[in-house]
Amino acid sequence: MFKQISFAVNGKVYKFEVDVRESLLDVLRNHLGFTGVKQGCSVGECGACSVLIDGVPHDTCIYLAVWADGKDIRTIEGVADKNGELSNVQKAFVEEGAVQCGFCTPGLVLTTTALKESGKDYTRDELKRELSGHLCRCTGYQNILKAAEKSLEGHVCTCVDSPHYKGES
Amino acid sequence: MYDIKGYFEVETISEATTLLATNPNLKMIAGGTDVLIKLHGGQLKGAELLSLRKIKDLEGIRKSEDGTIVIGPMATFSMVFHNPILKDSIPILTEAAISMGGPQIRNIATIGGNVCNGATSADSASSLFALNARLKLQDKNGERVVPIREFYLGPGKVALNPGEILTEILIAPEDYKGFGGQYIKFAMREAMDIATLGVAVVCKVQNGNFDEVRIGLGVAGPTPLRCLEAEEYAKGKKISTETLVEIGKLAVKSTKARTSWRASKEYREHLVEELTQRALKIAVVNAGGAEVV
Repeated sequence: MFKQISFAVNGKVYKFEVDVRESLLDVLRNHLGFTGVKQGCSVGECGACSVLIDGVPHDTCIYLAVWADGKDIRTIEGVADKNGELSNVQKAFVEEGAVQCGFCTPGLVLTTTALKESGKDYTRDELKRELSGHLCRCTGYQNILKAAEKSLEGHVCTCVDSPHYKGES
Repeated sequence: MYDIKGYFEVETISEATTLLATNPNLKMIAGGTDVLIKLHGGQLKGAELLSLRKIKDLEGIRKSEDGTIVIGPMATFSMVFHNPILKDSIPILTEAAISMGGPQIRNIATIGGNVCNGATSADSASSLFALNARLKLQDKNGERVVPIREFYLGPGKVALNPGEILTEILIAPEDYKGFGGQYIKFAMREAMDIATLGVAVVCKVQNGNFDEVRIGLGVAGPTPLRCLEAEEYAKGKKISTETLVEIGKLAVKSTKARTSWRASKEYREHLVEELTQRALKIAVVNAGGAEVV
């Protein structure tokens, strides 16, 4: 069973027929070639397949492709600018050595990008919580957290009198 | 590829109930974080799906004129967590919402799906039980309202008749106004874990006494449950360590915990006794009472 849909990926509009049985992950990787979207656990645990749908992080392995009709999707391929200049979030990940094997990196960069673009302030605990949907089996997370904090410079609040403060800093 | 045989999409509740009346075998899908996992794992095969994702009337969270809180079942856990009305009026539900899954899951998983799945570990359930939530169910011929305690029938079994869909989750003003509450999720990991036990309590205090206490537990039995004996005992009792200890003991009596790979029956019972007291201590303060030391 096929359905006609259209959505934008990194600003470019695609119109085509999708099989209703396909996940957005299948479509992005296998039909459109966005291989920066990684297939990990396939059950929404690891976050490797995350993309931004209308600016919000989603696991594409458990998102039916037909649901993407009319949506604006951003993958890791659309984060750097057109000349290949890395975004500030990407630079922070490089500078902090937050990348080892790289499999979790696209998802983490996208989620961090969404946090940065929200313009909101986060405590360190909240930042950890917001990144908790991405599993990394290499780094031990410390450098990832540092990179995320660097990306959100000026928006990470660890002071005790912050309304969000819960204890640990 | 998912093992999907048919896929229907509707935009109104009446379209959904009409379709369900002619084809009651349709499997409703909301956020998909349970249905798609089951399809992936093979527990569900050859599904004919009815997507509720485009039904605008199932979204939204509001407070009606009489103070009743109305939660659209398609509200995601992120929406529940960030909603100012819920945060202000029933924080035990927003705390439960933020404890569920990870951010990407919360961005799509819906509270209605969580309830209709009938899991005892549903993170929203203990809070909805403690809040005496009522569920509005609609089919082609009309609608009915069911208290959440009558909705959960057994593991994965709920009182949703063929052809019915959940259209609203209701919390009456007399069930939350003047109450203080606390939610505690006990799990092995701090994020991305299924609860070993979920405890939600609300209480009303008056002159140092418990006026009313309600205790909702998840994973303490085959369905979420209430600790009615403990609640009855608490009524009118002086708020003290002794009273809390007794409430904790009585709470265990309402449970039907079992041993699973997550925890043994004995450990779960210990958690019920201890965490009910801890949650109540904080709830008392949240209700305007003095801290129990």
